[in-house]
Amino acid sequence: MESVKKFKDGLWSKEINVKDFVSNNIKPYDGDASFLQGPTEITKQIWDICLQAIEEERANNGLRSLDNKTVSTITSHKAGYIDKENELIVGLQTDELLKRAIKPFGGINVVARACKENGLEVDEKVKDIFTHYRKTHNDGVFDVYTDEIRSFRSLGFLTGLPDNYARGRVIGDYRRLALYGIDRLIEAKLQDLQTLTGPMTEARIRLREEVADQIKALKDIKVMGEYYGLELSRPAHTAQEAVQWVYMAYLAAVKEQDGAAMSLGNVSSFLDIYIDYELSNGTIDETFAQELIDQFVIKLRMVRHLRMQSYNDIFAGDPTWVTEAIGGRLNDGRHKVTKTSFRFLQTLYNLGPSPEPNMTVLWSPELPEGFKSFCAKVSIDTSSIQYENDDLMRSVRHSDDYGIACCVSFQDIGRQIQFFGARANLAKALLLAINGGRCENTGTLMVKDIPVLTGDVLNFDEVMANYKKVLKEIARVYNDAMNIIHYMHDKYYYEKAQMAFVDTNPRINLAYGAAGLSIAADSLSAIKFAKVKAQRNDIGLTTGFDIDGDFPCYGNDDDRVDSLAVELTHHFSEELSKLPIYKNARPTLSILTITSNVMYGTKTGATPDGRKKGVAFAPGANPMHGRDAKGAIASLTSVAKISYEDAQDGVSNTFSIVPKSLGVTEEDRVDNLVDMMDGYFSKGAHHLNVNVLNREMLEDAMEHPEKYPQLTIRVSGYAVHFVSLSREHQLEVISRSFHNRM
Amino acid sequence: MIKVHSYESMGTYDGPGLRLVVFLQGCNFRCLYCANPDTIALQGGTLTDPEEIVRMALSQKAFFGKKGGITFSGGEPTLQAKELIPLFKRLKAEGIHICLDSNGSVWNQDVEELLQLTDLVLLDIKQFNSQRHQELTKHSNSQTIKTAAWLEEHNKPFWLRYVLVPGYSDFEEDIMMLGEQLTNYKMIQRIEILPYHTLGVHKYEIMGQEYQLKNIKENTPEQIEKAAGLFKRFFNCVYVN
Repeated sequence: MESVKKFKDGLWSKEINVKDFVSNNIKPYDGDASFLQGPTEITKQIWDICLQAIEEERANNGLRSLDNKTVSTITSHKAGYIDKENELIVGLQTDELLKRAIKPFGGINVVARACKENGLEVDEKVKDIFTHYRKTHNDGVFDVYTDEIRSFRSLGFLTGLPDNYARGRVIGDYRRLALYGIDRLIEAKLQDLQTLTGPMTEARIRLREEVADQIKALKDIKVMGEYYGLELSRPAHTAQEAVQWVYMAYLAAVKEQDGAAMSLGNVSSFLDIYIDYELSNGTIDETFAQELIDQFVIKLRMVRHLRMQSYNDIFAGDPTWVTEAIGGRLNDGRHKVTKTSFRFLQTLYNLGPSPEPNMTVLWSPELPEGFKSFCAKVSIDTSSIQYENDDLMRSVRHSDDYGIACCVSFQDIGRQIQFFGARANLAKALLLAINGGRCENTGTLMVKDIPVLTGDVLNFDEVMANYKKVLKEIARVYNDAMNIIHYMHDKYYYEKAQMAFVDTNPRINLAYGAAGLSIAADSLSAIKFAKVKAQRNDIGLTTGFDIDGDFPCYGNDDDRVDSLAVELTHHFSEELSKLPIYKNARPTLSILTITSNVMYGTKTGATPDGRKKGVAFAPGANPMHGRDAKGAIASLTSVAKISYEDAQDGVSNTFSIVPKSLGVTEEDRVDNLVDMMDGYFSKGAHHLNVNVLNREMLEDAMEHPEKYPQLTIRVSGYAVHFVSLSREHQLEVISRSFHNRM
Repeated sequence: MIKVHSYESMGTYDGPGLRLVVFLQGCNFRCLYCANPDTIALQGGTLTDPEEIVRMALSQKAFFGKKGGITFSGGEPTLQAKELIPLFKRLKAEGIHICLDSNGSVWNQDVEELLQLTDLVLLDIKQFNSQRHQELTKHSNSQTIKTAAWLEEHNKPFWLRYVLVPGYSDFEEDIMMLGEQLTNYKMIQRIEILPYHTLGVHKYEIMGQEYQLKNIKENTPEQIEKAAGLFKRFFNCVYVN
């Protein structure tokens, strides 16, 4: 094959192994951003069409158009274009820009409701088929759910479970299509299938069926390529083809699936190898290289899924989590920053700020200074980057070829996948411990045999003993729910297009999650260090708490309370890891809320830390807003204490600052932000969102959304357009600590 | 024990790089524009074990990078010079860069030793004109000028900070006089003009005190530009904070 001759051979030449290809051929770049180019006229022209379409979408309640008849599959829609003559990279999910499609395999009722909420009925025939002849994931789960799971779910102890939306989080190694082409990938899967012989246990039969489905998906992708006149059967030959092929593999995924997070992986430094080859040969120039990436990113920004309103309550801002991991290092000590790492970030200038694709820099203090400074500058200018600790993830998870699923979750690309698990509410769980196992809002008995507290003042040891019993039971119910959900998702809504780009029989991580860590930690601190009396209603449920005395709050680098947060995370993680998981998946835990911290707060009564009923939680692992009295670094230091070993799905932290607070001069601001991240990550912290903005800007955006169409806010693990948040979410963002020095 | 008013762990305006700023309780000046009136009283503050400050500094040392460190501000930190000396020695032993933000008006053997232990002094000169200084701060500036000379003589790098209060410290002749006197100082690494602000006014209300400069408006950009221009006649590194 022609493509093989250009590049240095290795294991990848004989087996499906993109990691080996990258390792053999990557050209790390140590310089600065001065080589970067602005957008071409053609890019601007295409992007203007998109901006117009986005405006129409916004004006039409967030949905520009909807195909309510065609069940979306890899081949369901013929070719769609934005500006056919000028697009370097082609392909849309449907036949029209920003037209959303129905994906009823996840749940016909979900699709029907989403259509109805947008003023359309789902097609009768589709409804008939998916009601009477073809079962869906959502139906499967609710057939099997126990009363107990339903109750924990509806009262808000377990929330956001992927039982009425697709789980997402699987990342295909989309690079494989460019490096090998469909034919070679089918050949490899056929070989795998041949070795998957008996005894025909249920697991083996299931795996054979999955591989067979993956092969069908690969064949479908070839057909989809033909719609666009692309020969996907062979490897990509040029830089333009490499980008196009990778995008086609990703496009197949987002045509088939509408998972909560449909991440991209770590394609930039892979693509750099092709771009660098052509630049060295003089067949393309830097302007063209940037144009390719700009146009690729335009496509990624145009990905849409059909959602119901209740979904938006959990994941506000219509996110798609097209997460691209940029930078990081190889285990042999080289770094993975390439010129295309810069080019991806440059799209935030060329096309303006945007939450999508979700640019995630894998940070190490050892990365070249030129790149670190550019990242800091882009953060200050656009707030559109999040950062994760590459040194930490490589050492704990052992791979140097990984992507980030959704916001924070490590995924060894092509070799591991992840089952998404939403989250349990740790603050509400604490109230069970104080209310004899009953829900503080309804009085429903959730956990049996929890002693009723007798004393007037809450006793720390008593509460803690009850809390541990409660957490054990919550873990058990949570685990039951997860096993059911992922069994049914595999059965009715298997990700065959994505799994076609993953090794057969990959390792699976089950990503459990926890919300309300700071509330739980501060509440325990209040009980331990101050005197907390419960106010109870006539049936003995807590309605509020009287706090007498001071207590340390999480977020001030005070070990007395920070250790409570650390131990709680460790304890819950331990409880979860005792339980058996479907497909022998390995349990992991995240301390992450996306925007759901608002909804969790709504469902949770008053807590012993003094938080009133219904008040929003802090996002992710953030300290509660307003309680960090010693400033941002102390707050970051507290969060850095949460052990990644205990929360290997990620520890999310959102840092907001007004630009002026970062330093006197622009150079100071860049240097200080770099120092801040070097410091934070060298202390073993895992993740940081960096929001650089000012309060006035946000308040103005609430009143005049039209003035800020591209204003990006990072909220725990993610960025959204501020104007697409609900007013409640906007207020919540504003009330967060701004670390505004006086 | 050290009397601490409060901390700002992400100081970006009080010395180079990212800094842990420790605001100490107690001041001998009574600046009309003071933004931290709650730090003035000599009584109060939280009596803090110096080791706790060392612990905090070490805990965030990773954030200091090549430039950052710890800054003691206030209040007037030199009022607690005696107590600070062993703390400064501990911090130096830990390799932490120390800034001292001072009005330069307190002078004794302890202060002299403290300045010797300091890596960078942020010397606040409120006014060069002694009479106007007296009006503005209820205190003389003669020692402050002498302290600047001492720093120059002892090769102690310092930044000169100047709060620009309209009608009180923005007189051209005063700034010119300051410049003429100090222009040859080699130890002045930076001039920082601190525009007057009213962010501390609410504290007066809480404390039930009357704010003296109610009628003074914040500097216009032109006023700041003019002052910066005057300083630039005498110094290379002039910044507006």
